[in-house]
Amino acid sequence: MADVSASPTFEAASTVNLRSLAAEVVERAIRAGATDAEVVVREGDEFSVSVRMGQVETLQESGSRGLGLRVLVGQRSASSSTSDLTADGIAQVVSSALALAQVTEEDVFAGLPDAADMGQLPGDLHLYFDDVYSLPAAERIERARRAEAAALAADPRITNSQGGGFDAATGRKVFANSRGFIGEYQTSYCGISAAPLAMDANGAMQRDFWSSSARRIGDLESPEEIGQEAARRALLRLGARRMPTQQVPIVFAPEVARSLLGHLFEAASGDSIWRSASFLVGELGKTIASPGITVVDDHTMILPNGVGGFGTSAFDGEGLPCRRTVVVQDGVLETYLLNTYSARKLKMRSTGNASRGLAGAPGIGAGNLYLLPGKQSPEQLIAAIPAGFYVTSLMGFGANLVTGDYSRGASGLWIENGELTFAVEEVTIAGNLRAMFKNITAIANDLVFRGSVTAPTLRVDGMTVAGA
Amino acid sequence: MSAAHAHPIPAPAYSHKRYFFEKFGITERLLERCLGEALAAGGDYADLYFESVTATALGVDEQIVKSASCGTSAGCGIRVLSGERTGYAYTDNLSPERLLHAAKTAALIASGPAKHPIQGFQDAPVADLYPVPLGGFDLDLAARLDLIQRADRAARAFSPQVIQVRSSYSEELRRILIAASDGAFASDTQPLCRLNVFVIAKDDQNTTRGSSGCGGRGGLEIFVGSKSPENLAREAARGAILQLGAVPAPAGEMEVVLGPGWPGILLHEAVGHGLEADFNRKKTSAFAGLIGQSVASSKVSVVDNGTMTGRRGSLNVDDEGSPTQETVLIENGILKGYLTDKLSSRLTGAANTGSGRRESYQCIPMPRMTNTYMLAGDDEPEDIIRSVKRGLYAVNFGGGQVDITNGKFVFSASEAYLIEDGHITAPVKDATLIGNGPEALKYVSMVGHDLKLDEGIGTCGKAGQSVPVGVGMPTIKLDRMTVGGTGR
Repeated sequence: MADVSASPTFEAASTVNLRSLAAEVVERAIRAGATDAEVVVREGDEFSVSVRMGQVETLQESGSRGLGLRVLVGQRSASSSTSDLTADGIAQVVSSALALAQVTEEDVFAGLPDAADMGQLPGDLHLYFDDVYSLPAAERIERARRAEAAALAADPRITNSQGGGFDAATGRKVFANSRGFIGEYQTSYCGISAAPLAMDANGAMQRDFWSSSARRIGDLESPEEIGQEAARRALLRLGARRMPTQQVPIVFAPEVARSLLGHLFEAASGDSIWRSASFLVGELGKTIASPGITVVDDHTMILPNGVGGFGTSAFDGEGLPCRRTVVVQDGVLETYLLNTYSARKLKMRSTGNASRGLAGAPGIGAGNLYLLPGKQSPEQLIAAIPAGFYVTSLMGFGANLVTGDYSRGASGLWIENGELTFAVEEVTIAGNLRAMFKNITAIANDLVFRGSVTAPTLRVDGMTVAGA
Repeated sequence: MSAAHAHPIPAPAYSHKRYFFEKFGITERLLERCLGEALAAGGDYADLYFESVTATALGVDEQIVKSASCGTSAGCGIRVLSGERTGYAYTDNLSPERLLHAAKTAALIASGPAKHPIQGFQDAPVADLYPVPLGGFDLDLAARLDLIQRADRAARAFSPQVIQVRSSYSEELRRILIAASDGAFASDTQPLCRLNVFVIAKDDQNTTRGSSGCGGRGGLEIFVGSKSPENLAREAARGAILQLGAVPAPAGEMEVVLGPGWPGILLHEAVGHGLEADFNRKKTSAFAGLIGQSVASSKVSVVDNGTMTGRRGSLNVDDEGSPTQETVLIENGILKGYLTDKLSSRLTGAANTGSGRRESYQCIPMPRMTNTYMLAGDDEPEDIIRSVKRGLYAVNFGGGQVDITNGKFVFSASEAYLIEDGHITAPVKDATLIGNGPEALKYVSMVGHDLKLDEGIGTCGKAGQSVPVGVGMPTIKLDRMTVGGTGR
């Protein structure tokens, strides 16, 4: 195995032991004058194919790697990253991080976590399955082709396509710091998707998309299921019209309800809180959502099929063991989501939510974030609404987490007398997140873990639809 | 195939080309071999895209220089076109073995005998739209820290209601070298910098945010005058404090006046993306087949111009090695053309507008915008406001998004006011505006003479790839547009 300091003719990248490299760079940084250091090394491979109108459109296959170093010199910190893992590249990354630490200033809250808090979950979390690459290339292409073909065959009004896709990726991450932590894990991913276009008699076009993701090839839904669902969604949009401006109950389908959880997470994250940049400042222990709302951020989840969730990992971005955190219990905000820095700012303890890219200081990230399902079916939830808007797609970036003001473009189906009727588009839905979470008046039972952030169908009252 | 190649390759004429030759040991012979390997399975076209990026970021937060980071990355993306197909592979290891391996991988998209021998590189002259630091990249960090510390002080001094200030500076230098089987042999060194200020303000009842920023392709000389750190800081603080007294935004269709500059994001979303040639070639855009037809009022002319000196969206050459240009998209309301890259140009016969861009060597290039703006009209901005009985005057925006297939687009106002009886009155809370691309600009009834380009902070995302862009617009009036507030 290669030793970084051993020789100027560094070994070819493919033979580098990332674990010893990470430990070596930590040591080098300390020798060069850092009082603490942490290193993340990542490598990954990706494959992707898209098939459009039955023909391969793009085929991509590649790999890359990178290393990021954060140093502390006393309570000054700085970081540096590189894609060059040769001896020269490593020397450069160490010297530049230390040089930058000379220009930063002391921040009494900066620093690595205490060694006593560090650790990782034991055992195999089932995050990596090498079978994502087991299919021969021709079979991968075939899956993408089948997904698109199923969409095109679903209905004569499906006339065009942005393609079907198959992707696979594997990654490996090693993290080490100068307080004795070293850990690593491998992850795998595969996905299949379709994006068909539907056209109505007037030539108006609508496009939609559906996909399935898994860590293990056998857990992917079939290409036909994905293509047919994508086609169903595109067809539902045909004939869409605008609606007059009014207040009606809004039903967020699961694929958009999850975005509300994303806003909640960001507003409850420690960095937003200590900056006073959140509508949840001062709300700890208070009721912020309607009774019955329970939100969990679980970084330890193993799905029923025995595979680790998309948000599962053994340790967080600072080397703390991952955990399950109840964020909101029956409407009450139980905790903020914290990394070491924000915890120190708020005189709290980290919740193990540190996230880390190659460059920069740790951020705050969610694991498997979900809202506990209710008892009724989505159909029952909709049946109780005389007039309302069932939203299946949102557009734009209109969520202000400082004030809670919320205004986004929306499309979906109009609800009349408890039933889904015609398609609606080119309207906005608006309210304030503070009120919206308290006005969740119904929760359906359709929680499915299609990704790391998941919610069931939700009904929110009191919002304004703006249209014609 | 390489034996068939008879033209001598000119010596690299520019220092940014030499950079790759010297730093990574790339040789003309190696470029040829890689292109040969890429076309060995019968592709129609191949290109190599070498990229080396150095980036630095500095941040002041709570009056402390809290963060400093730098990063370097380098790699090469190899693309092979075969009909409508694209094969792509990249490597961050620029050794000959890895490059040839990537070329072989990309080549698999095609099947057949090698048919297009390399024609010899054309070392075309390139434009000179931005300063290039030829020496190295040894930054004067103190001068950069000074910018963000000045911004921090100015924002805090603006008002006691300012309770949090964060200012940041980021800079990157991107070097690219492109060698293609059609003979394109281009290189460029692209500086890009940006200064941002983020403010939280608070009074007895409310907490609000405000932000501002500016930048471009250049150095520290950008940050003077109206773009001084002090000015930016005051803008951010003013915006946050204004929001403390904001009333709910109105809801529904009304007259909308957009201020000059950054509100040009309307054009980017409403028409720009819909005019990218890939969507139109595949007929997935709401604008497909509309060339020569009216898509806007006769007062509207829109161009995309990648050749403006120092602009964030400008490029001497695009990421396929083609020179950028000024492309007329809409002229007096009539749709004139699309933004094209090499692939769409090959497949449709349309001229290449030099719009092939990519986020990095890991990405396949696509037709993208550069600086997109509406030409000035004749109206007095004051007259435009005066003409509105009840409406919205929006002067600053956050992000926007478009569904290019049905044409629906949104963009979110972050500073807007009510217009009542021809007068600007109360500031309103954040609200999203929504419209239909091929229709929205038909309602443009007045166009001001005050064309302004944005401050140089725009980033455009498409298919997961982010690239820097610019927008611009004079003050305009739309007779109707839907405003997504909660008020009456």
